[in-house]
Amino acid sequence: MSRIAGRFQQLAEQGRTALIPYIVAGDPSCDVTVPLMHRMVKSGADIIELGVPFSDPMSEGPVIQQGHERALENGMCLSQVLALVKEFRKFDDTTPLLLMGYANPVMHMGYAAFADAASAAGLDALLTVDIPPEEVEEINAELQRVGMDNIFLVAPTTPEERIVRIAAGASGFIYYVSLKGVTGAGHLDVNEVAQRLAAIRSHSTLPLAVGFGIKDADSAKTVAAVADGVVVGSALVDVMAQTVSRGGSSGQAIDAVAGLLDEIRKGIDSTAS
Amino acid sequence: MTSNTSENLYDTVPDAQGRFGQYGGKFVAETLMAALADLEVVYRTLAVDEQFQQEIDNDLQHYVGRPSPLYEASRWSDSIGGARIYLKREDLNHTGAHKVNNTVGQALLAKHMGKTRVIAETGAGQHGVATATIAARLGLDCVVFMGETDIQRQALNVYRMKLLGAEVVSVSSGSRTLKDAMNEAMRDWVTNVDTTFYIIGTVAGPHPYPMLVRDFQSVIGREARAQSLAQTGRLPDALVACVGGGSNAIGLFHPFLQDETVAMYGVEAGGHGVSTNQHAAPLTAGTPGVLHGNRTYLMQDGDGQIMDTHSISAGLDYPGVGPEHSWLKDIGRVNYVVAKDDEALRAFHKLTEIEGIMPALETSHALAYAETLAASMTPQQTIIVNLSGRGDKDILTVAKIDGIVV
Repeated sequence: MSRIAGRFQQLAEQGRTALIPYIVAGDPSCDVTVPLMHRMVKSGADIIELGVPFSDPMSEGPVIQQGHERALENGMCLSQVLALVKEFRKFDDTTPLLLMGYANPVMHMGYAAFADAASAAGLDALLTVDIPPEEVEEINAELQRVGMDNIFLVAPTTPEERIVRIAAGASGFIYYVSLKGVTGAGHLDVNEVAQRLAAIRSHSTLPLAVGFGIKDADSAKTVAAVADGVVVGSALVDVMAQTVSRGGSSGQAIDAVAGLLDEIRKGIDSTAS
Repeated sequence: MTSNTSENLYDTVPDAQGRFGQYGGKFVAETLMAALADLEVVYRTLAVDEQFQQEIDNDLQHYVGRPSPLYEASRWSDSIGGARIYLKREDLNHTGAHKVNNTVGQALLAKHMGKTRVIAETGAGQHGVATATIAARLGLDCVVFMGETDIQRQALNVYRMKLLGAEVVSVSSGSRTLKDAMNEAMRDWVTNVDTTFYIIGTVAGPHPYPMLVRDFQSVIGREARAQSLAQTGRLPDALVACVGGGSNAIGLFHPFLQDETVAMYGVEAGGHGVSTNQHAAPLTAGTPGVLHGNRTYLMQDGDGQIMDTHSISAGLDYPGVGPEHSWLKDIGRVNYVVAKDDEALRAFHKLTEIEGIMPALETSHALAYAETLAASMTPQQTIIVNLSGRGDKDILTVAKIDGIVV
């Protein structure tokens, strides 16, 4: 069983919802990322989603766009992100790791070369925002060859026949984009999310995580009541950026993320059945 | 290849997946996939709908002012002493460039789809102006995204768009030029996909955009082909057009692709020279990758990050190119070449002084290459250059380079 499937099974047995924090690798600095990942695990992260910085992050709102820009200025690149994964694995062999990024850096490395390097580094899954099911065949073959999950998005606009198609190719979990918009947007409608998750569940037994627009303990708590996993990204990237811009140290930036994550974990667990 | 297979070949692209060979496709976030599918269904229905085609033809004739003339640039040709050069006068269209051919078509699609708001990205501002113009005419809300750098160098067009009632949003992320404007337009579209039609200005973006923009711009080549036969009794020996995203070039080239005797040259922005990295010539110096929804030649670094580009012309200052051009390059049907900033600038002055026609700086790249090409040909041969836009918008840029305070 993959780390991701194992983790969701374990959580299901405990009646808990997965907390999936997202950070941009190399933001606010390259040496923060691995210590931050370990700290997030301590604060209750079940799966870590590591953003691969890209020059043109078309699905990101301003907060995460700026995270990508900072990381690129720091020289972060895909091969270095995989090196960070490897470093993290030295001290944590259990927390599932997911890369989230855009097609071009992965394609440029070569799908086969990426799959080999990512698998060797200890990565569990890949989510490429701009590779929909129509374009996924080539990369999926490589990910499957090395036993990695490919995480698919389902959007509020996805019609039912596409949900069926996505469910057929998905593994690990399905990521439901909670709103029409970019990351960090603020118009999440929980009733609508609940209805859409029910529709997806009628076609898939995979766990369903929800992301985009979840920014604090309250919003995490409401989403956790209907989802198997909650993804939080912009709020974490933002709290780090704010700490650094006020002159805070790397350690204080890590503390700030951990503090917010602790609150969100509490919010989620307050719904535990 | 025989004429028959080539005819079939050019009619086979894009395929059902939106591919031109290995290029094109639909590399976008899931949220947009349903909208792209809807657009494709509506477009494929309307493309064969006589009434819709009449609506477009009517607008092109009475609002845009088509057909645009095919003008023999006699003094310029004489001064070169080689092939006779004909200019396809897209600069005489309403709004002053070829861009309006496409916005007329897409705005009518938007209307048929019941969308009340249109958005667009723009580099030089010509596509933004053409979009704002059609939006004004059809009573649609219009938002144009434009890089902060381009807003500064194309101030006149910014004000034109505002006069037309459009909101111009300054984009200050990334390189602050056309590619970032397109990122921001995509972000807006994903947020407002229910009400909004994204009018993409070039033959790039996810399928079906490269196909439908090509179809709308092909009026240029259809007219030019008929005009050449009527005015010279034969087809031209060569076609020349500038290539940024590549919509004016595809518009001119496409109706001639099956004519094997017609050579074609797409002229990219060589900036300070393709050996300097300060250019915008992905077909000449780039490698395939994925940006803005399609696989195509890109300017990218060793990590697959998109590189900053440089061109004197905002409209060519783009790191990608339409996927059909990538395919036409690979199969060898079109030659892709470059003209540098200084060569384009010389051509801008030359045409203005010798023909009384002031070209856009984008177009000036095509003119610069055409001059070299004509010199290598005989007076019995002819070249058609797509005079894709007029240069009024560039007067301040040129004055600044020439050290003149206007």
